[in-house]
Amino acid sequence: MTAGAQVTSTLEQRAHAIRRTVLRMCRGRGQGYAGQGLSLADLMAVLYFDELRDHDHVVLSTGHSAIAVFAALHEQGVYELEELETYGMDGSRIEESPLEGTPGFEITGGSLGQGLSQAVGMALGERIKGSDGRVYCIVSDGELQEGQVWEAAMAASHHGLDNLVLLVDNNRIQADGDTAAVMGVEPIPAKLVAFGFAARRVDPHSIPELRAAFEEARSTAGRPSALVCETVPGRGVPSFEASQRVHYVRAPREVWDRALEELDRGEQARR
Amino acid sequence: MSAVAPPLVEAPFATALVELGRRRDDVVVLSADLSRYTDVLPFAEEFPRRFVQCGMAEANMMGIAGGLAKTGFLPIAVTYGVFATRRAYDQLAMALATGPSRGIVVAFLPGITTPFRATHQAIDDLALMRALPGMTVVDPADATELTAAVVFAEAQPGPVYLRGLRGAVPRLLDEADGLPTREVRSGAGAALISTGLGTQWALEAAALVDAAVLHVPVLKPIDAVAVAAFCRRYETVTTVENHSTVGGLGTAVSEVVASGGLGTRVHALGVPDAWAPAGSLQHIRAELGLDAESIARRAA
Repeated sequence: MTAGAQVTSTLEQRAHAIRRTVLRMCRGRGQGYAGQGLSLADLMAVLYFDELRDHDHVVLSTGHSAIAVFAALHEQGVYELEELETYGMDGSRIEESPLEGTPGFEITGGSLGQGLSQAVGMALGERIKGSDGRVYCIVSDGELQEGQVWEAAMAASHHGLDNLVLLVDNNRIQADGDTAAVMGVEPIPAKLVAFGFAARRVDPHSIPELRAAFEEARSTAGRPSALVCETVPGRGVPSFEASQRVHYVRAPREVWDRALEELDRGEQARR
Repeated sequence: MSAVAPPLVEAPFATALVELGRRRDDVVVLSADLSRYTDVLPFAEEFPRRFVQCGMAEANMMGIAGGLAKTGFLPIAVTYGVFATRRAYDQLAMALATGPSRGIVVAFLPGITTPFRATHQAIDDLALMRALPGMTVVDPADATELTAAVVFAEAQPGPVYLRGLRGAVPRLLDEADGLPTREVRSGAGAALISTGLGTQWALEAAALVDAAVLHVPVLKPIDAVAVAAFCRRYETVTTVENHSTVGGLGTAVSEVVASGGLGTRVHALGVPDAWAPAGSLQHIRAELGLDAESIARRAA
């Protein structure tokens, strides 16, 4: 196995572990943002275990996708699985959409459309300090309907923030239905290019493609980068992938148990 | 108060901001295309690396301020009151007021100090900011307090909303430690409680009827002890503010009086529950019964 293939395999195992944690978190209360957690697992694995350094920042604008971050932070030893299984329960600090100050969450996301502005502020802050710290901001496609995102995009390119990477979770669904039906946001890369970004689509379920895209972003000077991630909601659990409404899942324990079996079967097949 | 016009101080906010910038290298100032109109330009010229031009985008500016706070800076976002609050309320709340990081918002053109009507007159900003959990709300009366308010805001543990006064600002009050709620005039003719520019108006009126004036520069957290001690002395107090009578000083004093069971009647003067008219400050004050003679008559 080549060194690259070895890294890919290790990160795929990490992504699998993150997906298992996502399902176990939802199983605790019988509900949660399973679709996002599963679809972002590969991105989380690459981001947290390949890309991020100590002085870099993750800005989760899509607060509802916190489940994926919590699961990644479990892999980093920040949270115990036992605590994560209290996800969304009364009195738990493992909130479905946490506020700033919850370990691992640098901003209050979840009031959608605001994260990129804060990411711009952090990227400026790192630059003023003379640091090479980088900022990775996760937004969803639905969020792009908020005008503030474009104010922030304008500012990011105006200030030439090449230490900023925008990660668009292009899952194509939002609260009222398909994004294309609610309020079309495509073509996302072309819009971001027009706003001054180096933007491209990526398959976020391909570890090598993600790593290459991050490397390209790192070598892009003078302007911010954007990776438009064509995520598959529920990725890794075939019965979830086939479902139309996997954004937020409410289901009895046996559904989550079955999902875990499906997930493990897929992982065994991959190996 | 004597008939002699008070001395004017040129751009006290600009001076205070530059001094703060010299003292602290973690202060970053943000503007949304109004640096020339909010006395920010001297800071921007002396500290270009610590000045962030955001363009005409206040929501984004609040977010950028929040991001700077999270990387260890003390952000000071400066714009007009209407745009800092109505335009960017959720952004200000989420980026600067959910903590633990924090920032300072400085808001110019308070109340009726602009000839444009609803678009520019920030007559509801104090109410909106008072409603935010953990927000400190300051309405300085003069140049002395505006300067002190910058130092006060810098030292607070949480977010601060500070009303700014631009250009030549009168100096009415002596320097004091911090921003104390204090009786700035004694008198037996009436009892006035005021904040911000309302204190200038209250002092003018008080000279006509020999009224006592309690000045309240910090609306939240309000100095309930000082306000209650003053109110206990009177059957009626009249509040004077450069703001709507909904949710500002009149409301804050009423809350103190009611929760303390004091029984004092609170007569609230300010912009009534309606958009204020257009025109010069003198004209608008007369229209709203906030000129010195009207306040004196309504308070007596």
